[in-house]
Amino acid sequence: MKIGILLKEGPYNHQAADSAYQFAKAALKKGHEVESVFLYNDGVINVSNKAEPPQDDRNLFERWSKLGEQGVEILACIAASKRRGISDDVLVNHSSITGLGTLTDIAIRVDKLVTFGD
Amino acid sequence: MTEDEDGEIVKKIMHVMRRAPHGTIYTYEGLEMVLIMSAYDQDISISFIDDGVYALLKDQDTAGLEIKGFAKTFKALDGYDVEKLYVDKVSLEERGLKPEDLIVDVEVLDSAAIGKLMKEQDVVIHQ
Repeated sequence: MKIGILLKEGPYNHQAADSAYQFAKAALKKGHEVESVFLYNDGVINVSNKAEPPQDDRNLFERWSKLGEQGVEILACIAASKRRGISDDVLVNHSSITGLGTLTDIAIRVDKLVTFGD
Repeated sequence: MTEDEDGEIVKKIMHVMRRAPHGTIYTYEGLEMVLIMSAYDQDISISFIDDGVYALLKDQDTAGLEIKGFAKTFKALDGYDVEKLYVDKVSLEERGLKPEDLIVDVEVLDSAAIGKLMKEQDVVIHQ
C-alpha cells in the first residue's frame, strides 16, 4: 500500500512525532511504500538542524533525516515553516520545504494519508 | 474516489475542526489548508465537532486578543467551491447554540450521520 503521513506536532512536547516515526518504520518493514512525511503546524520543527537533544535520549531530528535518506520524502510546509523560523538553511539533511499543494498531491496519490497530531 | 470529465481523480477529503478558533492555531492553519486544497478540484468538506463549532460563531471580536479573526473566511468558502459544511448537532446543543448563531449556512447532522460521512471519505484530516 502507498502511504502518506501528515505530522502536525513538534518533537518531544508531544508523542505524535514518535508515533509517526514508529508507524513509518513498521509500515516499511511490512513492505508498504511510505512515500512521504508532510510536516504541518508545529510539526515543521521536526526538521530543524539547530536542536541538540540530550545524548541519552532519542534524536528525533536525526530519525527524520535517516528516513529521508532511505527515500521517504520529508517535507515541511512553507507557510507553517515561515511562522516558526524554519528555512532552507536550518534543515536537517534529506528534508525540504514545500507548499500545501504538495500535500494535496500526496493526498490524491496515496492509498492512505495517516494523520498524527493532538 | 471518482473521476472527473477529464479522467482526473477526485477524492473525498474531509477536514475536521474540533477546537475553539483561538487558544491554539489548529483551526486557523486548518482553514489555510482547506483554502489551498480547494484549488485542486477535489470533493472537499469540513465538519465542525466539539469546540470546533465556535469557529463559526457570529460576531466574534478578536481585537482584544490582538489575533486576526478569521470567522469571515468560513463565510467566503463557497467562493472556493467548498460548500459542504457539517456541524455536529450535539456539539451545538451542548454549547447552547442554534444554527442561526452561526456565520454561515451549515448542515446540522447527528453524530451517526457525521460518522457515516467520515466513513465515505478517502481522506480525513483532523485539524
